[in-house]
Amino acid sequence: MKYEVVMGLETHAELNTVSKLFCGCSTKFGSEPNTQACPICLGLPGVLPVMNERAFEHSLKAAIALNCEIGRFASFDRKNYYYPDLPKNYQISQSYFNIGNNGYVDIVVKGKKKRIDIHNVHLEEEAGKLIHPEKSDDDYSLVDFNRAGVPLLEIVTEPDMRSIEEVESYMQILRNILLYIGVSDCKMQEGSLRFEASISLCEKGAKVYGNRVEIKNLNSMKAVLKVLAYEISRQGDLLDKGKEVLMETRLWDEVNAVSRRMRTKEEAHDYRYFPEPDLVPVWIDQKWIDETKKTIPELPVNKRQRFVKEYLISDYDAGVLTEDIFLADYFEACVKLARNSSKELSNWIINDVLRELNERKINIQEFTVTPKMLVELIKEKSTVGNAIAKEVFIEMVNTGKNAQSIINEKNLAQLSDVDELNTITANVIEKNPKAVEDYKRGKKNALAFLIGQTMKMTKGKANPKILTEILKEKITTGPK
Amino acid sequence: MLLHELTASKVRERITKREVTAQEVVEELLEWINLKEPLIKTYLCLDEDGALSKAKEIDEKLSNGNKVGLLAGVPIAIKDNMCTAGVKTTCASKILENFIPPYDAFVVKRIKDEDAIIIGKTNLDEFAMGSSTENSAFQITRNPWDIDCIPGGSSGGSAAAVSADMAFMALGSDTGGSVRQPASFCGDVGLKPTYGRVSRYGLIAFASSLDQIGPITKDVLDTALLLQVISGHDNFDSTCAALDVPNYISDIDRLDDVLKIGVPREFFGEGLNTEIKSALMDALKIYEANGAKLVDLSLPHCEYAVATYYIIATAEASSNLARYDGVRYGHRSRLSSDSNIVDMYSQTRAEGFGNEVKRRILLGNYALSTGYYEAYYLKASKVRNLIKNDFEDAFKKVDCIICPTCPTPAFKIGERVTEPLEMYLSDIYTIPANLAGIPGISIPCGFTSAGLPIGMQILGKYFDERKLLKMAKLFENETDFHLKRPKLNQQV
Amino acid sequence: MDIGLKEIEYIANLSRIALTDEEKKTFKKQLANILDYIKKLNELDTDTVEPMAYATDLKNVFRKEELTPSLSRQKILNLSPSNVNGFFKVPKVIE
Ligand SMILES: [Zn+2]
Repeated sequence: MKYEVVMGLETHAELNTVSKLFCGCSTKFGSEPNTQACPICLGLPGVLPVMNERAFEHSLKAAIALNCEIGRFASFDRKNYYYPDLPKNYQISQSYFNIGNNGYVDIVVKGKKKRIDIHNVHLEEEAGKLIHPEKSDDDYSLVDFNRAGVPLLEIVTEPDMRSIEEVESYMQILRNILLYIGVSDCKMQEGSLRFEASISLCEKGAKVYGNRVEIKNLNSMKAVLKVLAYEISRQGDLLDKGKEVLMETRLWDEVNAVSRRMRTKEEAHDYRYFPEPDLVPVWIDQKWIDETKKTIPELPVNKRQRFVKEYLISDYDAGVLTEDIFLADYFEACVKLARNSSKELSNWIINDVLRELNERKINIQEFTVTPKMLVELIKEKSTVGNAIAKEVFIEMVNTGKNAQSIINEKNLAQLSDVDELNTITANVIEKNPKAVEDYKRGKKNALAFLIGQTMKMTKGKANPKILTEILKEKITTGPK
Repeated sequence: MLLHELTASKVRERITKREVTAQEVVEELLEWINLKEPLIKTYLCLDEDGALSKAKEIDEKLSNGNKVGLLAGVPIAIKDNMCTAGVKTTCASKILENFIPPYDAFVVKRIKDEDAIIIGKTNLDEFAMGSSTENSAFQITRNPWDIDCIPGGSSGGSAAAVSADMAFMALGSDTGGSVRQPASFCGDVGLKPTYGRVSRYGLIAFASSLDQIGPITKDVLDTALLLQVISGHDNFDSTCAALDVPNYISDIDRLDDVLKIGVPREFFGEGLNTEIKSALMDALKIYEANGAKLVDLSLPHCEYAVATYYIIATAEASSNLARYDGVRYGHRSRLSSDSNIVDMYSQTRAEGFGNEVKRRILLGNYALSTGYYEAYYLKASKVRNLIKNDFEDAFKKVDCIICPTCPTPAFKIGERVTEPLEMYLSDIYTIPANLAGIPGISIPCGFTSAGLPIGMQILGKYFDERKLLKMAKLFENETDFHLKRPKLNQQV
Repeated sequence: MDIGLKEIEYIANLSRIALTDEEKKTFKKQLANILDYIKKLNELDTDTVEPMAYATDLKNVFRKEELTPSLSRQKILNLSPSNVNGFFKVPKVIE
């Protein structure tokens, strides 16, 4: 490609508090419209905001986890603009003294580490929801204020990202960090994690970038990636034709897979920020910062590196295991119980556990098979064999019972008893003289056939190793 | 003395001693109000039924021997910018003409808890923006001392009601002098507490960093009583101090130390009415005679107070009033509600707001808009700090400051409506206290030759309302200006 | 201080207040007058002065994270000029 691209991202994450930022209304998702609103979050005349302590603590925790500089104090400002989903027609946000400034997130693309700078992290209030009836002859919109006032964390990067892959990695790692520190549930389908992207292009080697295009209301990572790919090609085409890229705000049209210009005028963003007189500043001392630091767990990138080093698993596997802090915890709990078999455990978790979780659409915290149960099952594997172990696993997931009791109940224990196997194999040899002859003549396949026959008779429970030895011995030495 | 002529403390005493029932008090008061209201027009809404039923409730409590509150049976008027659950609260604006709040303001809850009786909601300049109550969308309130004059503003309805004995006491709000100035024009006692002394929850905001609710009463003791009830911490106002509330009533007549009174030069210079000046000089002599020391002072940045105020107050107001958009409550224009949302907003607000409110919203948005923020809002915030420092320096030398409340007595209705700036300048002596956040009280200290009341202002240190009240009480004990009532009060 | 008609129109739009031509003229004159008075502040050198953003010295005021009851939807919608199916209804908003 003949153009270079720079991209920046603003991420909005709803914080997972039970009550709103400035009032005690519930933040629960999916309730009937306007059932979670009160004089305060509706902006009735005379009401005042009082800051939810947990929301502030969550924001501070996020700012620290994102390596921000924490100022001596944070304060709040009013961002003034009219929109029907914004009850007071100003949003309480931060502009002059953010909770965090100048942070960074380390990302990894194609095995290479890169640092994405964070311009600032700040806390603000969520708007309500505007609904546009589908029918074109309806000349009205509807407003639901249930979301209005939910605490919202905004994380703004510098325009540091040079490729779609970098943006993707940044979004995944950022999401993981927020999940790890437990400040947001980052459910994109519920709108609790959203993005706004900015992008501009220039000729390779040019010093000045072209006009910046912003894209608002991106409700999933997929949408971000699609719209950026679309914009790179749209803007590239314009530049190819010698046309100018307009500085504007665009929206992503998911259905037609195109971006389009926003139709509402934005008054050139004259937000008239000024200090919110209804709130007081929050002073943050070193003690508070230190105490908050203690609550931040090992972050995904570090954990991934440690897993590779400590448990000798591949970087890819470590990546999968550390994508979810609870999954990583699960893995480590297993390793601790089992010692040594970390590679095998990692395979079990990545292949079998994750498959079952996905099929059942549950998360690891809700999983019936505890680390102890999984480790026990893997120990049993040496006696029941791999195929049976997998069956037992599924049964464990379904019933919540442990491996031992399933194996006993279903009589799945492997047949390793030599006497019993002697009797059965004698029977098999007697019934299949042709195969025995074939084997003796050097036809190796014949043995497999005989093993198969034995397995059939034992319903697969025969210990394959012992069985093979007995068969070989019987055939070569002849009937006793 | 007729019942309605009593002070709040006296009427409470008579009710609790069962010399009179609360119901009798309310009935007598309502009769007087109905007689005088057509002339003075203080009330936007009278809650006769609510008042009578509350009165019966209190009488019942008393006859059952139950404990009653500090304001038991006292009918109180509330400025119509404080929310009263189930009772219309209009801010004297068409935009809230039919607004019935679903909740009580903190102060309303407090006075209800102390068994006060809310008699009605009083007139004001729309959204408390004005100094004459002429900016009400609904009616013009007259000064009981001279019905051709304004009662002052913006708490003009409350001040006139108290002065005309149409309420035993009242609540006002003071952003740039809106309690003290009308109290001064109507011969009442009016106090603006320290910013943060009284919760603003439920006070419909004009300028959030300046607004404060305060009592307007017939004498100093009543102000102390009402301040006692409304002061204190509220979890719903982040700017409300969590400090203990001292007892304002006990020892109100005792001043132990020799006080140093600051007399700021700048408040006695050009533009001050000579009759007011001489009344103030006489008042200062009374303090001197009682052992106080007068200290000549300078508050050099106070001459910038009005300019500073009109930036900060309008900037905050432009944002505070953005919520009146016709979406969730209040007036919505019928003209354009089908076309598009921006037209709906603009028409709704054009129809709903009066000129003074529009002027201030425009000015405030101008001061905050791109390219002007530093030159106006930020500049004003810095000068505000200088003004605050003036007072902090002064209070290192003196215990309180005495100055006139206003440069002139009440002016004629219509006299200043066409010249906004001239109207703004009538708050020149009261605005500095709001900018600094310090408390101030206005008490009657004389009359002009035309018979209009003159107000004296005492300014104090942060949260030192107790000293202000003692100082005011001392003056009241030595004089009888507070006992004089408008002639109209006798014309039954 | 001169304030132009364009500026009046710009801030009227920011303020979401429809003005007639007559009103624009009146407000233009009055605002110019007030701004001229406010110019007085420029007499003061405030380069080294900190702005006073808050009227109190209070800091770190929080409420506990806990649920309190919301208002009933009926009460909320009763306040509104227009509503339908539990929603507030507004003229169509085009994004
Ligand atoms: Zn709420």
